[in-house]
Amino acid sequence: MKRGRTGLLIFIVVLFGLALWVVLPNQGILGRKGFTLGLDLQGGSRLVYSANLSEKDPSQTDAEALAGVKQTIERRVNAYGVSEATVRIMQNEQGSFIEVQLPGVKDIDEARKLVGRVAELDFREQVFNATGNTTWVVAKALGSDGQEKELTGKYFKPNAAVALNPNTNAPEVAFEWDAEGAVLFKNITTRNLNKPLGIFLDNELISAPTVQAVIEAKGIITGLETLQRAKTLAIQLNSGALEVPLTEIGRSDVGATLGADSLNKSRLAGIIGLAMIILFMIIYYRVTGLVACLALIVYAVLNLAIFKLIPVVLTLPGIAGFIVSIGMGVDGNVLVCERLKEELRRGSTLERAVEQSFRQSWSAIWDSNVTVFIACAVLLWLGTRTMFANPTVTGFATTLFIGVALSMFTQVVVTRAFLRTVVSVGLAKSPRAYGVSKT
Amino acid sequence: MIDFVGKKQWFFLISAILIILGIISLAVFGLKWGVDFSSGTAITLQFEKEVDLAQLRQQLTDLGYDRATIQPTAEAEFFIRLQEISSEEYTQLKEGLEAGLATNITDSNLYTVSATIAMATVRNTVIAVVIASIGILLYISWAFRKMPKPIRWGTCAILALLHDLVIVIAIFSILGWVAGMEVDSLFVTGVLGVVGISVNNIVVVFDRIRENLKRGVSSDFGVVANCGIMESVGRSLNTGLATLFVIVALYLLGGATIHTLILALLVGITTGIYSSLCIAGQLLVVWEKGEWSALLPWAKRPA
Repeated sequence: MKRGRTGLLIFIVVLFGLALWVVLPNQGILGRKGFTLGLDLQGGSRLVYSANLSEKDPSQTDAEALAGVKQTIERRVNAYGVSEATVRIMQNEQGSFIEVQLPGVKDIDEARKLVGRVAELDFREQVFNATGNTTWVVAKALGSDGQEKELTGKYFKPNAAVALNPNTNAPEVAFEWDAEGAVLFKNITTRNLNKPLGIFLDNELISAPTVQAVIEAKGIITGLETLQRAKTLAIQLNSGALEVPLTEIGRSDVGATLGADSLNKSRLAGIIGLAMIILFMIIYYRVTGLVACLALIVYAVLNLAIFKLIPVVLTLPGIAGFIVSIGMGVDGNVLVCERLKEELRRGSTLERAVEQSFRQSWSAIWDSNVTVFIACAVLLWLGTRTMFANPTVTGFATTLFIGVALSMFTQVVVTRAFLRTVVSVGLAKSPRAYGVSKT
Repeated sequence: MIDFVGKKQWFFLISAILIILGIISLAVFGLKWGVDFSSGTAITLQFEKEVDLAQLRQQLTDLGYDRATIQPTAEAEFFIRLQEISSEEYTQLKEGLEAGLATNITDSNLYTVSATIAMATVRNTVIAVVIASIGILLYISWAFRKMPKPIRWGTCAILALLHDLVIVIAIFSILGWVAGMEVDSLFVTGVLGVVGISVNNIVVVFDRIRENLKRGVSSDFGVVANCGIMESVGRSLNTGLATLFVIVALYLLGGATIHTLILALLVGITTGIYSSLCIAGQLLVVWEKGEWSALLPWAKRPA
């Protein structure tokens, strides 16, 4: 055996070993993690909002306002404790959209309120209008710089916290004013002593406590129905209000058990399918088939390792894409096997037949796979344009693309190295071992 | 040796019948658009104990959803398709069903899409299919640039590809009408997968024809093409079979969520094998030799 070939064989074995080590589900060693699963496999919720940019602060550009919304939502979901949540901005001629993915979230209704609300808090005082009725008007006061300002949640320190009222046990949110807020609040409470002061969230009255003393440093918001509501409000106050209002235009939830069920089913299907391919290849192509299957296993493990390392978010369509790419990987091997049979029938020596079969099948493998790449590229483009169907489309295209690219590599490097080894070591010499009947 | 090229009239006739039937089905029944394209809400509900379908339908009607379509997907599990409902209505619906059916909902999936998104999806999908076809046409024309008329190779590949796509879409139209099969974004993904796989098959056959042409197997292009097709039969059937093993396993075991994707691939791969062996090369022969009458099934068969 030539030295270069031995080196290549060792390289393949080492690569395979490393890949296997990455793939095996042994967690926690040297920071190895499991596969990144999409919402459809691990359960969770996906929300798509349309951003109403006409209500943005005129001094901001659209991009700034959207980036602000994204950051605010990220702060909120992080504080809520959703690990691996993702927030993405999508803009096209239909408008501007924000997509929020919340993997593993349990209480979706609460999460929706947390994410989607503007959460602008303001304080209002009662004013008698001309007809003698009372209306709520946003309280204004002179700030430290002598300018009149509205009293809103903007002046809170970001340390609002949930507390339980010691007497009634009702949930409350305690907050502290920053320096400017303290000045404003002192002015306003002085003016409204023994009068009600309304606390409004997104123009909705939460509570209207009566001012009992002049306060400047801190305050308490009561009138929250549940503890969860109080927690949500505290997170929103600490993360700040959204720059523009959002409208929910799409929602998809996957239950955790239904997701796990899909994962198990497709895993089983994949294993059975792969086993059938291996059986078929060995029966039909004998030695070449066996070699191709070994290469196929190397390929599958390398592929899974890449999914883990990048990491690729695995979704159901993504798994389907992976499986289709296995089919295409088989295709390359079938092309080589068929050529090998032909060469042997023509009476070539085994060594020559192996070399020829790779050389001649390459143009077909390359040209046909490029067309798959074109289809994948278009699917990926489609994924950036479709807000909602996005994970299905991109999931399939990504795994198919990686799979097909890798299959070309394993074909040229792995299958060929294996076949050359089998031939040069003299493991199988009769053409019959390659599925060629005596002519 | 089987004469694939000589029997081309028959192949064209079979395909023509299939395509015409497909177009009729599409014209009469159309496609049953899923949530992605038509907007609306799709729910999967898993109940704690077995629920009677008729009872579930009655409960939904009582809740005001009399136009809901319901399909059982597994034991005590149902797929329900409704008009677009708000999150508040969804919560009320679940609570209403739990009360009315006297059982708990143990798990649920929800997929709701508004009309804005649905319209954008339809538009982008059409653009994507067109771009993919043009891209593949250009690539094949380039890959076969050393052939005398490369654009013919590209065009024939695209025609054979469209043949497969029409049949896949037509089968979904029939299934939509017979079995309520909906067309969703996963279907589109499957169709574009078919685009890749189908062209893959055609290119392998064309590659063989190109090779035989270079070798000068015969001066008759029909013979050259037939040799190329013959040499690809083993590969096409074997690859197709190997892929179909996995696809069928996925279809039977893989859960209802990806059925449209898998089914599109199943049909597409099957017709892809047929079109690569019986249509693509034959179209090229017709064009190269100018035998346009072969496209008409009633034309006199050459002796």
